Amino acid sequence: MNKIVEMVCIRCPASCTLRVTIKDNSIESVEGALCPRGIEFAKSEISNPVRYVMSVVKVRGGDMPTVSVITRDPVPKDCIWQVMKMLARIEVEAPVEVGDVIIRNVCGTDIIATRRVKKV
Amino acid sequence: MKFLKYDTVIIGGGPAGIAAAIKATELGLKPILVENRDLLGGIPLQCIHPGFGLHYFREDLTGTQFITRLLDKLESLKVEYLLRAHVHSIEYIDYDKKLVNVITPQGVMRIYAKTIIYATGARERHIFEIGVVGDRPDGIYTAGEAQTLMDIYGVLPGKEIVIIGSGDVGLIMARRFALEGAKVKAVVEILPYPGGLMRNILQCLVDFNIPLLLQHTVVRIVGRKRVEKVVVAKVDENLRPIDGTEFEIPCDTVVVSAGLRPNIDLLEKLGVVVDPSTGGPVVNEYLETSIPGVFVAGNALVINDLVDYAVEQGEIAAEGAKVFVDNGGMPTKNWKYVKKGRNIRLVVPQMIGGERDVVIYARVAQPERNVFVEIPELNFRMFHFGVRPAEMIRFKIGRNILNKINENADKITIQVKPR
Repeated sequence: MNKIVEMVCIRCPASCTLRVTIKDNSIESVEGALCPRGIEFAKSEISNPVRYVMSVVKVRGGDMPTVSVITRDPVPKDCIWQVMKMLARIEVEAPVEVGDVIIRNVCGTDIIATRRVKKV
Repeated sequence: MKFLKYDTVIIGGGPAGIAAAIKATELGLKPILVENRDLLGGIPLQCIHPGFGLHYFREDLTGTQFITRLLDKLESLKVEYLLRAHVHSIEYIDYDKKLVNVITPQGVMRIYAKTIIYATGARERHIFEIGVVGDRPDGIYTAGEAQTLMDIYGVLPGKEIVIIGSGDVGLIMARRFALEGAKVKAVVEILPYPGGLMRNILQCLVDFNIPLLLQHTVVRIVGRKRVEKVVVAKVDENLRPIDGTEFEIPCDTVVVSAGLRPNIDLLEKLGVVVDPSTGGPVVNEYLETSIPGVFVAGNALVINDLVDYAVEQGEIAAEGAKVFVDNGGMPTKNWKYVKKGRNIRLVVPQMIGGERDVVIYARVAQPERNVFVEIPELNFRMFHFGVRPAEMIRFKIGRNILNKINENADKITIQVKPR
């Protein structure tokens, strides 16, 4: 039986309204996506929803008190709290460059720095 | 006192100003960028979430990553800039001479320029503007202040939060509070639809089970030293609280996310014509204001959803400054007025000469589904599955299409029509 699910793609702020037709637990069609990411999003949202996780981590000896970080790839929604708990425990030393790995291998990805902090 | 001379003075070192400075330099102009904080970058420095740069860099970046790329480019072009420089006033001397008076730690500087690009961003609407009464204890922040505290300084402003208004910054902060272990009790929105992007409703509220109370308002804040609770009521169709529907939400922190207003104080003193629907100046497609050679870009022009648009506007303004400097003014003689048609709340630019490709930014008044956004005078139309007030509509009209407009026509109309 066909089931129609409406969702809004969150991959970019264009926020395409998607009309997803599901037949026998698999996606038959996705309408309304302005780009292929919308179709990917619909598939992922129905099978294994994932999200980026972001926070800030304390920095010692920098020109800013914290460095912002994000998971390199989106992680499964169930992993969000595991990532946050690890981030709450750590501190790093300046300098930090955008792209530096802050924690390696969490939930199948790395946590990377997204802000430059110069040493002072 | 120091006297300086440039082709263009760019006021504001956020994304629009930095983009304008880069573009102006690439076009061969001599710009100077003036920033009042002690570092360049503006608000994206505290935007640690992704969703930036999908249009401009074709990559999903955080605000911090996005602005670092622009700053690196600015640095590599060796663009001149001033930090901790406060613009005191702007004087219009004549058609191609303006004076910008700047107070800096090195002393007062008087900067003469043919053009000005005004890119000072926006300010947040505060609690007094949205009619919330009651006590004034500790624990009341705007969403942007909460963001600075959490994402620059690493300080959590409270444990139990009520957010007033469902603008994007508030939604983003709701998720940040939830992720950092605070409890967001509710997001209270007076209108029947959310103020922020739908994607933020989903990934910031729905994902974290944060209730969104539409058609509700905070009628009173209660607290002696610190916020203790808020009183919330339902509103009627005239947005007035309905008697007897009040209930209390205990909390220690109130975050106001009631939208942004263009920051155009100095332009108003200079006498630019302001569009009440955008809160920013009236501009032509070069983003030139009603005062010749004074351009405006970014959130000072119109509140944008995307940093990509602010950057694009910075570049358009720099191109405008180049045309102005090369021709000793704008060569266009015949401006057409852009009319807001059915279900259009605001549109930028408000005037079009039709001599270059034009980027149109518009917002609708009401959410609507299955519609065409059209310009009947040009036989131009575009289909949209859904348009919402929170989501800016942006499209480009080529010069070849604009040529089709009747020379005697004095306007074009942007409108939304059901399919």
